[in-house]
Amino acid sequence: MDRLVIQGKPFIAGSASGLALVSREPISFWGGYDWKTGEIIDRRHPLSGSIAKGKILAIPFARGSSTTTAVLLEAIRAETAPNAIITTGNDFFFALASVVADELYSSPIPLVAVSVTDFAQLQTGDEIEIDNKGKIIASRFQQRIVPQRHTLA
Amino acid sequence: MTLSLTAKDREMFRGDHGPATKMAMSILVRMAEIAGAKELLDISGAHIDSTVYIGDAGLEFAERLAGLGAKVAVPTTLNVSGLDEHHWQEWAVPNDWARQAYRQMIAYQSMGTIPTWTCAPYQTEMKPSFGQQIAWGESNAIVFANSVLGARTERYPDLFDICCAITGRAPNIGLHRMENRAGELLLSIRGIPDLVQLSDDFYPVLGNLIGKLARERIPVLDGQCIFPSEDQLKSLGAAAASSGAVALFHMVGVTPEAPTREAAFQGHDPQESITVTMDMLRESRRELTHTDREALDLVVLGSPHFSLAEFKLLAPLVRGKRKHPNVKFLVTSSRAMTQLAKQAGFLDVLQDFGAQLTVDTCILTSPMLPPEVKYLMTNSAKFAYYTPGLLDRQITFGSLKDCVVSTVEGKVVRDETLWTD
Repeated sequence: MDRLVIQGKPFIAGSASGLALVSREPISFWGGYDWKTGEIIDRRHPLSGSIAKGKILAIPFARGSSTTTAVLLEAIRAETAPNAIITTGNDFFFALASVVADELYSSPIPLVAVSVTDFAQLQTGDEIEIDNKGKIIASRFQQRIVPQRHTLA
Repeated sequence: MTLSLTAKDREMFRGDHGPATKMAMSILVRMAEIAGAKELLDISGAHIDSTVYIGDAGLEFAERLAGLGAKVAVPTTLNVSGLDEHHWQEWAVPNDWARQAYRQMIAYQSMGTIPTWTCAPYQTEMKPSFGQQIAWGESNAIVFANSVLGARTERYPDLFDICCAITGRAPNIGLHRMENRAGELLLSIRGIPDLVQLSDDFYPVLGNLIGKLARERIPVLDGQCIFPSEDQLKSLGAAAASSGAVALFHMVGVTPEAPTREAAFQGHDPQESITVTMDMLRESRRELTHTDREALDLVVLGSPHFSLAEFKLLAPLVRGKRKHPNVKFLVTSSRAMTQLAKQAGFLDVLQDFGAQLTVDTCILTSPMLPPEVKYLMTNSAKFAYYTPGLLDRQITFGSLKDCVVSTVEGKVVRDETLWTD
């Protein structure tokens, strides 16, 4: 088993755990996330068909529609949201859904920003634990593939 | 970095201006801190995207604010709702869904807003002016206000727009600040044939491509051969804000902050330069179509909402023709624009053609399409982009003329002359 520790910056602090669902493609939750089931439904997105409910969703940022926030808020209320979301910056759209969920239902979901380099190390299927200081522990049962460095003579 | 608040901000935060303002300010302050704002600024207009009914959480949020007596502090327009208030029963909208969506409309109307019910508020009399600080939701409206009008809004999500409207404040971040409005990515369209640039499907196709290339960067377009119309810029922005997170673009010699290329980049060098090729555009056009079948049940126009100028373009294309009996032809627009089109005589022409009109909403925000409608066609990149995910239906993208010809023929017909290798 391989273990990776990443120090992220929690922009909505909280602890969470679950299997990672990772894509470097940004997503719009409106037209991209079915809040009734927690399925990714953007048919052009690499994660199309995956269930994000109960997972740790790692996505660089929210793109497209400003309704992304409303859809994530519905998912939090319906308990079909990811357990946490990892992004590459303080994503305003995701943060607002979590802040409003806190205001209305006292149930925010943790959001953590990591560097682009750290983000690139995450893989779908990693077992992830996030603590309220933004520390992310990713465990993988398959050996990590270390990229070979080729040097020119 | 800490957020500093004015005396009045602190009063609102404490609840001196009532519980609704307190709730709005509390959300605003938390979000301003997350966004790294040092201060809030005054806004003089807002556009509320939270009107779109998604589910009970959004409704509970609206009714909580309304119940606490929320009133907007600045002139505030409303985006589409989930319901054509007067005609929803002509479509397949379920009764209980309509009831909830209507409650949400009432909640936002009760806050002293202007019930425009349109995703194109920039084509109403509430159009913001150059340099005006505003808080707008709705991705296509945001990109239009920033790019074409030179008004200043960050890319605000649903639920936040109303908090800004109630408090009259917004975080002083991002696109509110001049230094963050400089172009970052240069896209040259100099090599694209004039005939392609003159075609009406060029702008949505280009917009879709720009969204993918720019992601969250500010693109600058240069080398166009014509001065595009307001509606062409509208379709470009809507497409780029769907396929990417574009909230501002510049077009050299066209948009107000880009009299020259240097001005668009505020004197900096582009981070990257890309020459747009016909191959890239062909690929972008292909992506907007999700089926190769000719089957056609519905042709839909009007995302963003159809303008008077678009009604004027459409009318001569359908005049004297009749749609195929098996195909529905739907135009979505605002109440105000529809009234203008009626007065101008365009609606009679459309009616004779067999067209239907829906106001206040669109196919993406209202569950109005009956199950037998499976194959759609549109000239809107935004409809094309979101239909497969939101409606689980197949859609074909074409020019306005392709859409009319297909409606008459009863099957998808596209003129490929400009687009073949």
